[in-house]
Amino acid sequence: MSKTGSTHIKLPHSCISQKVSDIPPSGIRKFFDLLSSMEGVISLGVGEPDFVTPWHIREAAIHSLEKGYTMYTSNQGLPQLRQELAKYLESCCGLSYDPENELLVTVGVSEGLDLALRAILNPGDEVIMPDPCYVAYPACTSLAGGIPVQVPTTEKNNFKVTADDIERRITQRTKAILIGYPANPTGAVMVKEELTQIAELAQQHNLLVISDEVYAQLVYGVEHTCLASLPGMKDRTILLDGFSKAYAMTGWRIGYAAGGQEIIKAMTKIHQYTMLCAPIMGQMAAIEALKEGNSEVGTMVREYDRRRRVMVKGFKNIGLSCFEPRGAFYAFPSINITGMTSEEFAEKLLMEEKVAVVPGSAFGQCGEGYIRCCYATSLAEIQEALKRMGRFMKRHHTR
Amino acid sequence: MKQIFEALEKDARLTPEQISAMTGIPAAEVKKTIKKAERDRAILKYKTIINWAKLGEEEVWALVEVKVVPQRGVGFDAIAERIYRFPQARSVYLASGAYDLAILVAGKTMQEIAVFVSEKLAPLETVQGTVTHFILKKYKEDGEILQGGEGIKRLPVTP
Ligand SMILES: Cc1ncc(COP(=O)(O)O)c(C=O)c1O
Repeated sequence: MSKTGSTHIKLPHSCISQKVSDIPPSGIRKFFDLLSSMEGVISLGVGEPDFVTPWHIREAAIHSLEKGYTMYTSNQGLPQLRQELAKYLESCCGLSYDPENELLVTVGVSEGLDLALRAILNPGDEVIMPDPCYVAYPACTSLAGGIPVQVPTTEKNNFKVTADDIERRITQRTKAILIGYPANPTGAVMVKEELTQIAELAQQHNLLVISDEVYAQLVYGVEHTCLASLPGMKDRTILLDGFSKAYAMTGWRIGYAAGGQEIIKAMTKIHQYTMLCAPIMGQMAAIEALKEGNSEVGTMVREYDRRRRVMVKGFKNIGLSCFEPRGAFYAFPSINITGMTSEEFAEKLLMEEKVAVVPGSAFGQCGEGYIRCCYATSLAEIQEALKRMGRFMKRHHTR
Repeated sequence: MKQIFEALEKDARLTPEQISAMTGIPAAEVKKTIKKAERDRAILKYKTIINWAKLGEEEVWALVEVKVVPQRGVGFDAIAERIYRFPQARSVYLASGAYDLAILVAGKTMQEIAVFVSEKLAPLETVQGTVTHFILKKYKEDGEILQGGEGIKRLPVTP
């Protein structure tokens, strides 16, 4: 420790709030330190595209900087972006949102999720969500004072939640259902009929639905259904989406929330005090993405699809059973055959073969026995990873 | 079927088995489709984009604009054909605008290209004039950026 530097004061344990202390650290981050000191690692542990944001989108942002767009925007986001979003939602899902009152530009879906939960939850309110699910769902629910109630999903049912399973967990305190399909970490997609059952359930029990559709455009051979587009669901649904995944814009931090006027107003209230607005550079880029970015999304989706097929087939060839993911960019093979836990498997694989994957258990108890592998990685890397994992499986194939 | 060609256009060394894994189309069918495209000359050839400067090999390129008098009955085709038969003419295009034919010429030295233009191209009967632009630096070729590129900057583990 330097002489002038701060001396290490032992703070009382209680200086961190109970709520924060109680939240477990993200299981994804665990491997990060290990990884950063190793060389020659192929990482299937990422959760973002390997593409760089298409050039015309970057160029539009550069142009806006040159023109001097460096200031705050209105709390709800640039009017032009909200208008483009309204047009987009109209054309893709036949939904008509009022850009003035029913749309809010957020700092990624991450902020949208936090705002939605904080806007609707009273202490002790329950939010029903699938297990396994994206790491932020239970954590943000707890931080917002709610109680996450997880519904187990299984490979047998292609990791979809069923209305029956949700219904069994509805109590007096249930406030909302939180789902995200296409799903991280499983790649599961729910089709219209299945979502309709959940929509009907929400109406019967007067529940809100938070629908994280950040992977909506990344589907392969199936159609994405926007939950809000189902009959009677528009005002009941808080639709969250963003630019991170489809447009390869993770670092720009732009997302949006669409919903009934009352809820969007409440979310905007929190947003105006805690975030003020989303960054203007990102919003400028997002306008360009919506206006001109369609063909690149198509190109990227076709490329992910090729990689998806190679990865899933490759897993089967080396003895890892894997249900066919139809969305996002993750495969979720079962490692049951090795007799290891997800964490053991991930750690051994990293140490022995230098392939990084995320243990399924990081996404909930029902993820135990699986690993999440991201195929937003070049084909050459996927093929090399499969080769290494094949060697690994030969050594550890026990059951 | 388009998927087969999209994959091949990116990487000509892919085997039918690999393409099959990428597209879900059976390998035998992939093979058949490729064979047919080769026969029909929908696939012209498989080649490699080489950055010769990196290998220390000098190569000189020029873009030559050629103004010609079109001929009755055959238009520009006859003169284009006379030109494209020269191996030095790597690409030959008919273009709209101030000139008619755009020709990419490659040679070992500037002298070699100058000789080709002045002794082979310019004297052709229907050629009215030529303008030669020597290429000073190649930034991007066939969709590939030759120097730099963007590299991977994302972290190895993210949510
Ligand atoms: C399901 C899901 N929702 C939300 C996010 C966060 O997205 P954003 O970058 O828009 O905050 C992610 C990122 O991994 C995700 O997988």
